[in-house]
Amino acid sequence: MIEFRQVTKRYDSDHTALRQVNFHLDRGELAFLTGHSGAGKSTLLKLLMVMERPTAGEVVVGGQVLNRLPRRQIPYIRRHIGVVFQNHQLLFDRTVFDNVAMPLEVMGASPRDVGRRVRAALDKVGLLSKEKMNPLQLSGGEQQRVGIARAVVNKPPLLLADEPTGNLDPELSADIMNLFAQFSQVGVTVLIASHDLALINEMGRRTLTLDHGNLIAGGTPLQGGFRGR
Amino acid sequence: MAVDPSRKPRKPDVARGAKTSRSPWREQAESYFIHHRKVARDSASRLWQTPVASLMTWTVMGVALALPVALLLLLTSLQGVSSGWESGARVTAYMSLDANLEQTRKLADEIGADGRVAELELIDRDRALAEFRASSGLDDALDYLEENPLPHTLLITPEESARTADGVASLLMFIESMEGVERVQVDLGWLQRLNAMTDLLARAVWALAILLAAAVVLVIGNTVRLSIESRRDEILVAKLVGGTDGFVRRPFLYTGAWFGLGGGVVAWILLQLSLWWLSGPIERLAGLYSSDFSLSGLSFDGVFALIIAAMLLGWLGAWIAVKRHLDDIEPGEIAGG
Ligand SMILES: Nc1ncnc2c1ncn2[C@@H]1O[C@H](COP(=O)(O)OP(=O)(O)OP(=O)(O)O)[C@@H](O)[C@H]1O
Ligand SMILES: [Mg+2]
Repeated sequence: MIEFRQVTKRYDSDHTALRQVNFHLDRGELAFLTGHSGAGKSTLLKLLMVMERPTAGEVVVGGQVLNRLPRRQIPYIRRHIGVVFQNHQLLFDRTVFDNVAMPLEVMGASPRDVGRRVRAALDKVGLLSKEKMNPLQLSGGEQQRVGIARAVVNKPPLLLADEPTGNLDPELSADIMNLFAQFSQVGVTVLIASHDLALINEMGRRTLTLDHGNLIAGGTPLQGGFRGR
Repeated sequence: MAVDPSRKPRKPDVARGAKTSRSPWREQAESYFIHHRKVARDSASRLWQTPVASLMTWTVMGVALALPVALLLLLTSLQGVSSGWESGARVTAYMSLDANLEQTRKLADEIGADGRVAELELIDRDRALAEFRASSGLDDALDYLEENPLPHTLLITPEESARTADGVASLLMFIESMEGVERVQVDLGWLQRLNAMTDLLARAVWALAILLAAAVVLVIGNTVRLSIESRRDEILVAKLVGGTDGFVRRPFLYTGAWFGLGGGVVAWILLQLSLWWLSGPIERLAGLYSSDFSLSGLSFDGVFALIIAAMLLGWLGAWIAVKRHLDDIEPGEIAGG
């Protein structure tokens, strides 16, 4: 589903955020991405979203090499990737329902479809009863769950999360992690960047560890350098 | 995770999933229309929500549009007047003082036979003096003159087909070249001056129209830029979840078009109001000059064209703003560090 081939990302000429990162995530796999602050976790996720382009190497999502993707194709890739951020990026000028509906709207889904799928997603995160509320009226954890509902509403094969449990209490964090685990069970590939080592250990999943841009643990074992396909 | 070759073929093609889940084209087209309608309505209602700001933009646009249109209308009316004068053009030929009546009659016959001449009247010098005496009120003064200072005069009305600026000019040359004709006078000088003036005015009006249209585009562009700034978060999220550039631009382009619609309507209202306000004095003025000059308003087609043009200008302004400011907004910044 995801493959990084010798990916290097240099921001400025002297600052390297990722160094020759190699790994490979299968369909339906759930993995954590961890490392100190500034290790390059967000950068790695941004490469997957084509918010940034790699300086060298190849990022492959669903068999498509993102490096060569023309600009106007980017939206279509993003439609297949759900993202959750710590600052959940909900819009406070519209209801929970309308927030969750956005990915469907940009795809031009029919209103009937939108209603059905938004309610299904809200149901999954346990917020069906709050669809008409403004996100401001919700608690932090609820807002985070709205963000997750929005990320999964169009059933993307890939789900990325950057510090999704950043400022939630442990119980809520565990809830949210379980939600991610459920998605991976139905075949969604999930990659979660997190500092929360306790939680990560508790989940007992594959963990990719970055250190100053080097992938020091959890990567795909390499046999003699570059691994061809 | 180790590479499992048996799973590899399943891995590719996020895109294929999308194709199979895509609804048939009818439904696709339908939801596209529904989306357009929703965006159009949404953009319009946003303008309503800030009525004062919107009204101000509409008014600025309305004034900027009404001014050149009003001048164009005035110009059209003026051109109507000048062509009216042209058709009434008459050539006056003054004979030299030593030309006698006999000679003048012969000349009059010759000129009258020309195809370009519709009517010809001979005013002999005695009658000319009598008329002058009657109209000038210089009765006593004229008595002191020993001799009649006025020549025989021919009044020539050109044929319909010769009543153009060029036609009259060539007729003039023809008469001027005749023996015994001292001087030829025609209203053409006035005509040409008026024509030249309307030409100049037309150019000035078009230049003004272009400048004001550019101003309208810039005003709308700036307004839309502010609206883009205020909806930044929405744009970021839309791009994040896979909104195409077209999708993200659409509400702003509609906003521009709605600004244009409002501006066009305001311009039309302003035109009607000034027409109504001016029509009384103009009628009186025209009456004084016994002219049938009238200031005509916009026809239905004209109003339609004005509004469409205004909407296009608004759209263009929005498009420029969108091109300059919206494409730069990339969701990279919201991902956080
Ligand atoms: N847009 C950018 N321009 C320049 N440098 C950047 C940019 N984004 C990130 N960096 C640098 O790249 C490095 C990796 O940043 P990144 O955001 O990936 O770290 P992170 O692992 O997500 O850290 P955190 O846990 O604090 O979120 C950092 O040193 C950061 O300063
Ligand atoms: Mg980060």
